[in-house]
Amino acid sequence: MKSATENVPSDGQFTLKVEDLWVTYLAERGKVKAVRGVSFTLRPGETLAFIGESGCGKTTLGLSLIRLLPSTAEVEKGHILYRRDTEVMDVLQMNDRELRQFRWKECAMIFQGAQNAFNPVLRIWAQVLDTARSHGVTNKKEIRQRMEDLFRLVQLEPERVLRAYPHQLSGGMRQRVLIALGLLLKPPLVILDEPTTALDILTQRSVIDVLRDIKEKMDFSLILISHDLSLAAELADRVATMYAGKLVEVANVWDTYYHPLHPYTVGLIHAVPTLAGEREELISIPGSPPDLIDPPKGCAFHPRCPYATEKCRTEEPPLIPVAQDHEVACWHWQQVQEDGGQRMMVYSEAKAG
Amino acid sequence: MTQHTNGVLELVHVERTFKVGRRFVRVLDDISFSIGKGDILCLVGESGCGKTTTGKIVAGLLPPTGGEIRFLGQNVWEMNKEEFRHYRRAVQIIHQDPYSSLNPTQRVSTILTAPLLRHGIARNHKEAKEKALELLRIVDLTPPEDFYNKYPHQLSGGQRQRVSVARALTVNPEFLVADEAVSMLDVSIRVSLLQMLERLRNQMGVAYLFITHDLAVAKYFAWEGRIAVMYLGRIVEIGPTPQIINNPRHPYTKALLSAIPEADPKATRSKERVHLRSLDVPSLLNVPSGCSFHPRCPLYEAGLCDATVPQLVDVGDGVQVACHVVAREQGVA
Repeated sequence: MKSATENVPSDGQFTLKVEDLWVTYLAERGKVKAVRGVSFTLRPGETLAFIGESGCGKTTLGLSLIRLLPSTAEVEKGHILYRRDTEVMDVLQMNDRELRQFRWKECAMIFQGAQNAFNPVLRIWAQVLDTARSHGVTNKKEIRQRMEDLFRLVQLEPERVLRAYPHQLSGGMRQRVLIALGLLLKPPLVILDEPTTALDILTQRSVIDVLRDIKEKMDFSLILISHDLSLAAELADRVATMYAGKLVEVANVWDTYYHPLHPYTVGLIHAVPTLAGEREELISIPGSPPDLIDPPKGCAFHPRCPYATEKCRTEEPPLIPVAQDHEVACWHWQQVQEDGGQRMMVYSEAKAG
Repeated sequence: MTQHTNGVLELVHVERTFKVGRRFVRVLDDISFSIGKGDILCLVGESGCGKTTTGKIVAGLLPPTGGEIRFLGQNVWEMNKEEFRHYRRAVQIIHQDPYSSLNPTQRVSTILTAPLLRHGIARNHKEAKEKALELLRIVDLTPPEDFYNKYPHQLSGGQRQRVSVARALTVNPEFLVADEAVSMLDVSIRVSLLQMLERLRNQMGVAYLFITHDLAVAKYFAWEGRIAVMYLGRIVEIGPTPQIINNPRHPYTKALLSAIPEADPKATRSKERVHLRSLDVPSLLNVPSGCSFHPRCPLYEAGLCDATVPQLVDVGDGVQVACHVVAREQGVA
């Protein structure tokens, strides 16, 4: 197996660089701070997974990357730098024409449940043609050729599927059509939001296998947004854990699963049952996620954290590098490292009574 | 009432068909199992395999079109009014979606006290309130006074699901049908809910029919119980959980287990896969002949698998498998 970062240059090259991004939603009770100062770098060719529970801001983050936020949302500040070859552009500063080019040609996003968003009265081929034409590819033959190649890559029969109406395809097939459609213009950046949620086990497996396969054969960077820790374990090179609109830990996939340093990541990893072997003890994280209109002062996780001290209640921990390919936002990461997260486990057991 | 020794609740050759247009679709075919006091039986399988229909039949929400469902040895659909009432009280169901299964116009107090008063478990409102507060404490909604006067929309998904459980517990059930009861919840909340359900079993002897598509959750919750794997309306393998998870015999069970990604990068990336001959799930309108899994099965043998329907046979360790090839290899064909 390839090591997680072997194929990724670490000389500061990037496909996408997000700096101090803040996104809020306007609600009746006040401003919901959904993304609170997120910064990260996506390296060329890597798969970066964002994990976290519902309401942690991961989908908002994904939508803001291609400026598809609903009208109630506002990007308060930050930069989203996208780089192609030697040119660097800020997605947030693009005008309409540039943005149109950026979407699909530079960056494809496949949304949660989008397999249900096909036009039901048009054959797949018509919808492929529409997409390609509106992005300036007009040669029918060329589109056909490229689409057939892509369909074979995602294990669909081109002849049959191109002629089909959406309702004639299963959910997993539609999801694979979407993936192929997303790759039609060879974008260097692809964003997938919950690509396997709501699919059955065997279908989910075929989508995962297809993703891994095309990732090996084609050259693009992938952002994977999922609440499913096992999907990230399958596909990610690096994993970013989100809590209450912030990144609390960003590390290579091995460190995230085997040596997490943020108490929340420890809790999350140990809350998921595994299949192999004996039944293991699981832990539940006591309490519930905070209200993002008025998030807790200091570290947002402190009300649920057994390592919390006075400092955590007043000062917000920054995301700092603590090892190669490993950043964490916790004042007490060294303690977590020393006890291997043991205190988190004992604490949750005691709380669960 | 005739008392049966083994099962409090039994399904005997249950069949269920639905009318679709002019055609009949058989959603369940020859389902038999029994669940005793304090038992856990977990139904797993992909969407459309009949798990939820089975749950509804067990809870008495749907009559079978063939076979029998027996409660304490008596056919549920031949009971008199009083007996049926007793059965319906003893078997309660918790639905999947905590957002739509609670009446949004009722406070938690009404949701919990109404069944207590209706069934005469509490004699007056004061007693009903005491009992309701007690139930909130049992499902870990503490302090109960904080939740008693709330409306469902003021609660989180996990808290609502706890209210659903508390509501099911109002009538002192012996049996809970949990249909994907934790699937919509976030991982950190899911575990504590499962632990709470487990505690009810240990302390109150509640038995479960636990329906899930997630085999890892099934393994965690039903480790001391049994798992039944369903495919296109039939049980293809049933046995003690550790056997099903760590030593699956039916090719479909093997395929499922090998396909599931795990939250462990090393394990999940090095997992051996069972490759199926086809990815398409056949339509229930057109169930394949013989073993309905045969068009996808890696062990398929022409003339055998597509000719006769395999019956569940004992293959040792308390496991029963419905597969011609496995049965022959075990020498029990």
